[in-house]
Amino acid sequence: MQLYDTELRSRLMLGTARYPSPAILIEAIKVSGAEVVTVSVRRESSGERAGQAFWSLIRELGLRVLPNTAGCYSVKEAVTTAQMAREIFGTAWIKLEVIGDEHTLQPDVFGLLEAARILSADGFQVFPYTTEDLVVAGKLLDAGCRVLMPWGAPIGSGRGLNNVLGLRTLRSHFPEVPLIIDAGIGVPSHAAQAMELGFDAVLANTAVAQAGDPVRMAAAFAKAVAAGHDALMADPIQPRDFAVPSTPVIGKAFLA
Amino acid sequence: MKILVNGDLRDVVVPTLAAALDELGYRGKVIATALNGEFISSSLRSSAVLSEGDRVEVLAPMQGG
Repeated sequence: MQLYDTELRSRLMLGTARYPSPAILIEAIKVSGAEVVTVSVRRESSGERAGQAFWSLIRELGLRVLPNTAGCYSVKEAVTTAQMAREIFGTAWIKLEVIGDEHTLQPDVFGLLEAARILSADGFQVFPYTTEDLVVAGKLLDAGCRVLMPWGAPIGSGRGLNNVLGLRTLRSHFPEVPLIIDAGIGVPSHAAQAMELGFDAVLANTAVAQAGDPVRMAAAFAKAVAAGHDALMADPIQPRDFAVPSTPVIGKAFLA
Repeated sequence: MKILVNGDLRDVVVPTLAAALDELGYRGKVIATALNGEFISSSLRSSAVLSEGDRVEVLAPMQGG
């Protein structure tokens, strides 16, 4: 899988928030096999050390980081946050979030598009957190995005793929564009379903971090993502409306 | 001179953003800054002159999804 100019083997990306401890976070990342982890930026006073310590831990893993603009509700906020994240993390990658509704955390796709244009023109490699809307997706690609991150369901909801038909249509409409399901994944079967639908990767955070055993769940997600992708590559059968006997009927004894 | 740093009122005696960050104890930390809502890259901090009431944002790495 290639995201911008980076070749990746793992199709599971992991968020780094809401884990019970830094040690569990690091173990979960290692077990997941993820090569990309998402990070963020927040205010820090001169006396605080948490952010610096967190960054030291992540840097030691030697993985790619994908900074986000979580919590931004305006284009200006998102663009400035992206600029600050680029300096902090030393990467042109940005998971662009412009939120439009505080209850569903649904993307403001109008602001998202405007911010994507500004950041792409400024040399960023933008990963926009968007909906499954086809027209918005096309405009994001026109704006310079080379990867799209459609939601499965609202962030942290764990509901899986809310609009399978819409996501399937998005996939078939843009067969060459890397599409990563971001948000709403609750259990590994959701991730496997996304991969079976042909999505390129899945980003999970809350589903792993808030599980009773995040490390075991990270391992489960890794297996599910790999299984879903293998299933897609194996060309699965299509559903039918009627039964088809799996055991051959030729040669069956006449015993009636 | 009184400025707002991450929303808190702070007193600094130096004229530039770079000097103020040193004075406030940020030296050596991985941070990014904004002045009155505009991003100021690390290379421009020493030429960013502060004024009374300026709003400085200092951001650091954090966990994210």
